[in-house]
Amino acid sequence: MIYLKRFFEGVLCGLLNGFFGSGGGVAAVPILEHELRKSSAEIPPEELTRRAHANSVAVIFALSLTAAAAYFFSGSIDFSAAWRYIPAGAAGALAGSLFLRKIRAAWLQKLFGALICAAAVRTMLT
Amino acid sequence: MMGIIVGALSGIIASMGLGGGFVLLIWLTLFQDVPQRTAQGINLLFFLPIALISIILHSRAKLIDKRLVMSLIPGGIIGAVLGTIGSQALGNELLRKLYAVFLLAFGLRELFRKAPSKKTNTDTKNPRSQ
Repeated sequence: MIYLKRFFEGVLCGLLNGFFGSGGGVAAVPILEHELRKSSAEIPPEELTRRAHANSVAVIFALSLTAAAAYFFSGSIDFSAAWRYIPAGAAGALAGSLFLRKIRAAWLQKLFGALICAAAVRTMLT
Repeated sequence: MMGIIVGALSGIIASMGLGGGFVLLIWLTLFQDVPQRTAQGINLLFFLPIALISIILHSRAKLIDKRLVMSLIPGGIIGAVLGTIGSQALGNELLRKLYAVFLLAFGLRELFRKAPSKKTNTDTKNPRSQ
């Protein structure tokens, strides 16, 4: 039964990632926090969030791979455009993992949220 | 030049678990006039090598629960295919507006959600807890 529940949790993450090309993590992180909390009760909250994020990257990787293949077959893949951003992205990811604390400062989260809202409104209006 | 900055920023934010995919997608659609679905495809590709690096690092730090991850993937694959088909059924404009709604919901949640606070920890052996 638990595998049925996990199956549908996975479907939710995959749907977001396939439909929007992003955002699978939005579902994956809370789901993983929930599952991790159930499986071992003694993890402190920060560590739980950290693990949830780490595991979500693994899950979303597989889902993004699938979605990318599906996008490729439907003709919506632009390899050269993606490649333009990948080297800097890889450097940023390495730097972020190695040098920045994993704990999000509250202001960083709110700043990020505010910027995203602004971008959303701008997209709606244009 | 801007592309390098955007790429690096996306990578940093993604590795911090904040959702770096949004940065690149917003950049592509709002500032580079890339059609929504093409931008989504680019974002998916972009994520792959970065995720791979993160997974290797996380794996070394023993953070990955393989069984848990594997239990979510089969459903995820089905969902990803269904989602892709669904996104293709919509036109770029409608997809773009829907995405804006999704972004707004996510942004509002990040704005108003309580960030995890550092609680005082009595574990004196762990330097990270002080």
